[in-house]
Amino acid sequence: MSLPDLAPLWLTLKLAAVTTLALLLIGTPLAWALARGRGRWKPVVEAVTALPLVLPPTVLGFYLLVFLSPNAPLGAAWRDVTGQSLTFTFTGLVVASCLYSLPFMVQPLQAGFEALGRAPLEAAATLRAGPWDAFFSVVVPQSARAYLTAIVLSFAHTIGEFGVVLMVGGNIPGQTKVISIAIYEHVETINYAEAHLLSAGMLVFSFLILLVVYSVNRRFPVHVG
Amino acid sequence: MAELSFDLALSHPGFRLEARHAGDLPGITALFGPSGAGKSTLMRVIAGLERGAAGRVGFDGTVWQDSARRLFVPPQRRGVGMVFQDARLFGHLSVAGNLRYAERRARGVAPEIAADAVISALDLGPLLGRRPAQLSGGERQRVAIGRALLSRPRLMLMDEPLAALDLRRKAAILPYIARLPEAFGMPVLYVTHAIDEVARIAHDMIALKDGCVVAAGPVADVFARLDIDAGGSRFEAGVILEARVAALDARWQLMRLDLGGQTLVMPAAPVEPGAKVQLRVRARDVLLATRRPEGLSAQNVLEAELREVIEEPETAFAEIFLGVGAQPLRARVTRAAVAQLGLAPGQRVFAVLKAISFDRRVL
Repeated sequence: MSLPDLAPLWLTLKLAAVTTLALLLIGTPLAWALARGRGRWKPVVEAVTALPLVLPPTVLGFYLLVFLSPNAPLGAAWRDVTGQSLTFTFTGLVVASCLYSLPFMVQPLQAGFEALGRAPLEAAATLRAGPWDAFFSVVVPQSARAYLTAIVLSFAHTIGEFGVVLMVGGNIPGQTKVISIAIYEHVETINYAEAHLLSAGMLVFSFLILLVVYSVNRRFPVHVG
Repeated sequence: MAELSFDLALSHPGFRLEARHAGDLPGITALFGPSGAGKSTLMRVIAGLERGAAGRVGFDGTVWQDSARRLFVPPQRRGVGMVFQDARLFGHLSVAGNLRYAERRARGVAPEIAADAVISALDLGPLLGRRPAQLSGGERQRVAIGRALLSRPRLMLMDEPLAALDLRRKAAILPYIARLPEAFGMPVLYVTHAIDEVARIAHDMIALKDGCVVAAGPVADVFARLDIDAGGSRFEAGVILEARVAALDARWQLMRLDLGGQTLVMPAAPVEPGAKVQLRVRARDVLLATRRPEGLSAQNVLEAELREVIEEPETAFAEIFLGVGAQPLRARVTRAAVAQLGLAPGQRVFAVLKAISFDRRVL
């Protein structure tokens, strides 16, 4: 038996890593605004953020395909600037994954920020810390547990996605052929041995990540929380 | 001396603060009143933590906020140190880390307050390596005070810092607080509804009721004038007497105080001869006699001048205002006694005080 093709595995990890990183940058201010805000816009934004939880991935994938395609204004503008298409490319996959996994980043962070309350920020302000300083020196370390949860969930959810990827990315080796799609393809072509290998690999890998996270969370309850 | 002035209005659901005051802050000034009077809210406004307040706040020649001019200096640029009721130490940092947090952000601010001085003044040395979760309530407040000091504030704000502590721990921390203005050269504004804390550490007080300033000035003056409703029940009228410790009597465990030439005896307390103490005397603990009484167990008979008699209609009682030397004293007696003794202003009377009626915690 030949070695299995590991390219889909690396592509999957790369996609999950880039998506999680991008979501940290997008999700932090969004979760902060939702935790702090009290305006009439808040339920609207919360509902939009939660949409990917309830929509079938194919619906999300369909609209993304429509809006990201070079025929649509957004997709065309992107192509004019970067010379690249947003559909059937890795970049397009990252954009789609970010939308798809958004609630998994925003919701734990929002809950963490809300639980933290105003008290530590007020204390920091009376110790001469400005808002940015207070955020990075007090809010982020005190929300470490929320960040850990959000990062793990976003990463894991991106690894497990299938429908959106298939719609927006297709099945281009090295570009958009992630592990879930590779497994699907192996099953379609009745290549069960390869499907087994990749599936078992995913299973063990996912379990190990979660095990590490929960162990860390258990061992350092005071320091992380 | 630093002057604090405010003229503020702030509405929360079911509560309105409308406070105006201007005056110097000598040493420790108590912000005193019953719960719900608006003490903490007023302190939060002064700190810059309540953005919704209309009006003006100024301190030591700087305007901190003026809604008419749309001026608002945020808390981190006011130079206030704040000790909260719940300490609010940063749980992700050790005690040393909490102190460093303040120190690092105060670099270059004058006057310099050295970490070593703060650590030794508050006995924080043994706690430095611990986490806030491993501290007792009293230790936590000491660290919070130290942290606030290291931010080198121009004004120290303390919001009922001892409210969560039991009497013993309270008594252990009060001396640390009492020393702050002299040791570190900053005025302290201290929120409390505990009369014994006011009597123990404050020089001046601002009394609040229903969101308004009802009296302000030196503690003894305000106490003599005011019946303050504290904590829902009628505050017991009384005065604060200032006296100097003359001698300790080890045999009877008593202490002799000099009160403008007259001697006052009270149970011994851990203070040195020569020290100035403030005593709260409740009006109901004072007996009056028109001749010097003899054969009494009470240890104190003070000569006093009767200044004013205020009979309370529809009740059995009357309030008697007296002068003991330069200091005021109040007695609460029955109206029947006023009639029987023929008490009238200008009269020379004798005030009888049991040594046990002095609150030892007052020291």
